[in-house]
Formats: sequence, structure tokens, C-alpha cells
Amino acid sequence: MSHSSSSPSTTERQESSENSLVPAKKRIGDSVFKGLSTGSGVLILVVLALVALFLIMQALPALTTSPDLLMQQGYGPFWSWVIPIAFGTVYSSFLALLFAVPVGMGIALFISHYAPRQLAQPLGYVIDLLAAVPSVVFGLWGANAFAPSVNTAWIWLNRNMGWFPPFGGQASGTGRTMLTASLVLAVMILPIITSLCREVFLQAPKLHEEAALALGATRWEMIRMSVLPFARAGIISAVMLALGRALGETMAVAMILSGANVINWQVLTGTNSNTIAATIALNFPEAFGLRVNQLIAGGLVLFVITLAVNMLARWVVSRRAAFSGAN
Amino acid sequence: MSTTATAPKSSRHEASSLTAGQLPSWSTWVALVASIVVAALLTVAFGGFNLVGALALGALLFLVVMHVWSMSVEGGRKAVDRLAKHLVVAAFVIALIPLVWVIWSTLTQGLPRMDVTFFTNSMRSVVGQGGGLAHALTGTLWVTGIATLISVPIGLLTAVYLSEYGHGRLARGITFFVDVMTGIPSIVAGLFAYSLMTMLRGPGTQNGLAGAIALSVLMIPVVVRSTEELLRIVPNELREASYALGVPKWATIMKVVIPTAISGIVSGVILAIARIIGETAPLMIAAGFTASQNMNPLNNAMMTMPVFVYDQYAHPGVPVAPYHERAWAGALTLILLVMALNLLGRLIARRFAPKTAGR
Repeated sequence: MSHSSSSPSTTERQESSENSLVPAKKRIGDSVFKGLSTGSGVLILVVLALVALFLIMQALPALTTSPDLLMQQGYGPFWSWVIPIAFGTVYSSFLALLFAVPVGMGIALFISHYAPRQLAQPLGYVIDLLAAVPSVVFGLWGANAFAPSVNTAWIWLNRNMGWFPPFGGQASGTGRTMLTASLVLAVMILPIITSLCREVFLQAPKLHEEAALALGATRWEMIRMSVLPFARAGIISAVMLALGRALGETMAVAMILSGANVINWQVLTGTNSNTIAATIALNFPEAFGLRVNQLIAGGLVLFVITLAVNMLARWVVSRRAAFSGAN
Repeated sequence: MSTTATAPKSSRHEASSLTAGQLPSWSTWVALVASIVVAALLTVAFGGFNLVGALALGALLFLVVMHVWSMSVEGGRKAVDRLAKHLVVAAFVIALIPLVWVIWSTLTQGLPRMDVTFFTNSMRSVVGQGGGLAHALTGTLWVTGIATLISVPIGLLTAVYLSEYGHGRLARGITFFVDVMTGIPSIVAGLFAYSLMTMLRGPGTQNGLAGAIALSVLMIPVVVRSTEELLRIVPNELREASYALGVPKWATIMKVVIPTAISGIVSGVILAIARIIGETAPLMIAAGFTASQNMNPLNNAMMTMPVFVYDQYAHPGVPVAPYHERAWAGALTLILLVMALNLLGRLIARRFAPKTAGR
């Protein structure tokens, strides 16, 4: 570590940083360390590129084979196979968001603006416990405990509110429906929405909040006028990240949903649109030959969808970062 | 607010004008209990008492009653404020229901099989009763261990690059793609590892190493994010003091920056392990299923705990009960493990936190 005063070599002068008069001595350790850390950063880029490359290479046979051959050796022509399950993926995630966003934002508000100060952090931990439950456990619970319990409610909904198109159709006897699966999905993405929203809500400028209260606003009016507008971009990005998570969620859906390769908007029936991830998980262990390629091609479609959603979310966040000089 | 003008018709409490136009403090609880009782009576009237129905209906009734009551006494703005407060509390309570329910059913159904056999036996030639997850336990240790060995150096060094060296387009690119990597669906990571093995060793290759590679893809971004965040809060004065003493940059990072943040880094790594240890889908695809003990991560399928839970649930034998019992017991073990890791991570972060909060 000890180093004697180095004699400046004039040839390296231009390489020194502009605010030091004496150029630093070149050290082996420095360049090795810098090379290692830059290398592992680049390695991450390489790995990501490889993920895309390998998926494409393994998916290519399924994408280029004629539909007839896929009919015999695969799961049917690629696009007519993947579109229903892509629909199921998006539909179940959309429903999950529908349930999870209001509740998640409510919890975040509860922790950031309603709960007593000393309780706020422990309560946050309690919600984080939900994130600690592995998805296979959620699947087990959803299929064995949740679905049988809620089925009576679903049958009641189907009988009394069947005029509402999504609740129509022949009610499922097992409760393993789209509604059940997306409710469990909602529970699983709740911690993400809550923790991200909580963070943005806590960042809302205190002065704005106090000004609103001083002008006689009620607590809700204060939140509506000073917290929510400030947090809008953060909420959007939290929702998008949660959407990305829901799109890729596998085991819970695979274990709960009794799915088929159909497009079905009804959420209480026994034939539901399966999701891409669940289809892969359910079929992969028995797949061989061209079927493996077709499943990997399905995974590629899922990868593209989640990539688009995540990039959109990051873009929203970065746009917010550029304009956050307000506080 | 409405304290200035109290309408004469609503001010029955003439004596205390300060609290006039406000609901008394007991009103919330009275309304809540009353609504639940009414809802319970309603369920009795319409075909049998139903606790869940009574609570749900009671909560709805409470929201309506409280809103109308507050509207008539306190006015619209206060009523909306109360409604928002009740909805926010309700959201929290709603989230507790699945949490408690999951833990309750896992505990009640998993405890019967939490015996010694469960942890010492594998599923090799077990049909029906008996058997355990010893093979899955060692498999999880192998796969998670290798994944940690791959991810921690890469993640740590990348974080060092981002916080100590990186600026310009490469650093921005890496930050962006680490974020993108966080969003890779776990099953896609599994497919990636499977494709890799297919190309290296031929189609259908499943082994522990492939599982570890899949998990690394998921773990690296988590390690990078948490470590980078911690390295950034190490005060710059420490670095400058070290430079002023003539310490080279690499030694400064190794001996000053990282030791200052080490507790946070360790806890970040533990939390990352807790995140990946419960992953099922990628391991199912990359590491496969087996009923027997496999100590070689380079050859043959390797069972892991989450896959064990799924396997016992999804492919049961003829008397289903023992298989489901093992699935629940496996789930309980998994939850306990993940929670213990989470607790450990937070404890380490908390216990040694003052170091990172240096001046």
C-alpha cells in the first residue's frame, strides 16, 4: 500500500485526470482490478446477448418448420398455438393488476401516511413477508386451499351475475379458474407494488404536504393534491414492473389454472386460456424433439413481451428522473 | 373548515362547540360492530350463518353506513376523507388475509410430516408412505451454492465498476441492461440454461450446473443492484482520505470501500439467495426431476426442494394423501428456509449498519 513519491513521467501527462498536477503512477494492481471489474460488467452484457441468441437458435427450428410438420410432431402450427396462450398471459396479468394496483397503493398509503410512525416499518416487513413465500407454495395453496374455498363464491357470482359477460358461461366445478389464478397472481405482485409505491409516497415533498394541510385540506385531499401527482410516474413504473413479474410468473398459474389452448374471456369457467409460462412448465418435462423447440419459441415470445414491458417501465422512470428538479 | 358555521339543526351538543359537527370518537367502532352484527343476521336470514360472508358484507355495510353518517353530520369533504381512510386500512387487512391463510394451511398440513425420516430419506423406490426430501435438500444446496459462487464475484465486481469506475455509455448501458435482466422471467432463464446445455452436451441434458447457471442469471442483477446502492453511500471522504495517504485505487476499494459496506453487501447476497432458493420453473427445466440422491452437479438430473414440492403435488401415486403431505411439508421447509434467510439478511444489515452510516 505504501508508495514512495513517484516521479512524473512526462509521456503519461495527457493521461492523468485534469485536476491532478502530478500524474498518478501506473500500477499493475490498478489496471488488473479495473480490467476485472469492467470485464464482469461486460460479461453481463454478453450473458444477456447469449440468452437472446441461444433462445433464438433453439427456437428457430420451430419457427421455420412447416405448419404441417408441427401439427404432427409439435403442438400445432406455431402462431395459432402461441396466440391463445399469449392472450392468456396478458389477460391473467391484466386481471391481476386490476386487483393488485388499488390494494397495493392503498397499503403503500397506509404505511406511508396513515399508520402510526412506530408501526410503519414493522407493517412494511409484514407485507414483505408475502414476497418471501415461494411461488410453488402459492401454487400449492391456491390449488389445494384457495380454489376449493372460493368456488362457492364463484358459483354464486356465475348464477347471479352471469349477465355480465366475463362471469358468464358454465361455471367450473373445481374453482381452478382464471379469476382464482389471477387473484393469486395479484397477491404475488402485491409486495412489489407496495414497496415501490411506498418509496415514492415517502419522497413526496414534505413542504407541499404541510402547505396543503395548512390551507385546511383534509388528509385525503392533501394526498390527492400533493402526494399522488408527485408520485404518478413512480406509480406507473411500479405497475409496469409488477406487470412484468406477473407475465413471467409460472408455477402458481401452472398449478392453479386448469387451462387449455383457447381464447376465453370468461373468468369462471373450466376452460381457460393458459399462459405461456405455465404451458412451458407443464409440457417441458415430457417434451422431445421439435416440441422442445416449439416450447422454447414460446419462451422467446414471452421474453420479448416482458422485455418490452420492462423497457417501457425503465423509460418512464428515466423520463421522471430528468424532470424531477421540482422538489 | 366547518368549525366556523355549525348548522343549528345538527348541533345537539350545544355545550361544546369545539366538537360540534364532528362524529364522536366511538362512532367508528360502534358502526363497525353494528354492521358486522347486522350482516351476520342477514346471512342467518338467507340460509345459514357464514362467518366469511358476514365479515365481507359487514365491511361493505360499514363503509356505506359510515359514509352516510359522516356526510350528514360532518359534510362531504370529511366524509370522503373518512372513506379514504377506511379503504386504505381495508387494503392492508385484505393483504393480510392471504398471508395468514398461506402460512396457516402450510403449517397445519405440513407439520404432520416434519419428522426425522423426512429429512434423512430420499424418494428412491418409495411408493406411498415414508420417504423424504434429503435428495432435494442436497440438490438445493449444490445448485444454490454454485449459483452463489458464480453470481457473487460477477455481481460484486460489476457493482464496483458501476460505482467506482463507470461513467459514460458503457456504464449507462450496463445499468440499463442489469435492470432489463431483473425482469427476465424465471422460466426463460431456465430455457436459456437448457439451450446452453443442449449445445454443449446434446439435447435433453439436465444437470445441477445448468440449474445453477439459470439461477445465476436471476441472481446476478439482484446482487449488482444491492451492492451498487451500498457502495454509493460509502462517504467520499473515506476514499479521499485513503488517496491522500497515497493508497492506490484498487487497494482503496479493497481495504476501505468494500469493508465499510461489507455488512450491507453480505445481507444483500443473503437476500438474493433467499430470492432464488424458492425458484421452481427454471430448475424444473434445467435441473430436472429425480427420486434419488445425486451428488454430482455435472451429470444427471438433480432434485431441488421447490421442484420436489411441485413433483409431489403434480405427480402423485394412487393413495394421494402421503404425496400431498410431503408436498406441504416440503413447502413448510421452504418457507421456513426463505424466512430464516430473510431474517438473517436483515439482522446482519441492522446489526452492523453503523459502519455504512459513517460520517
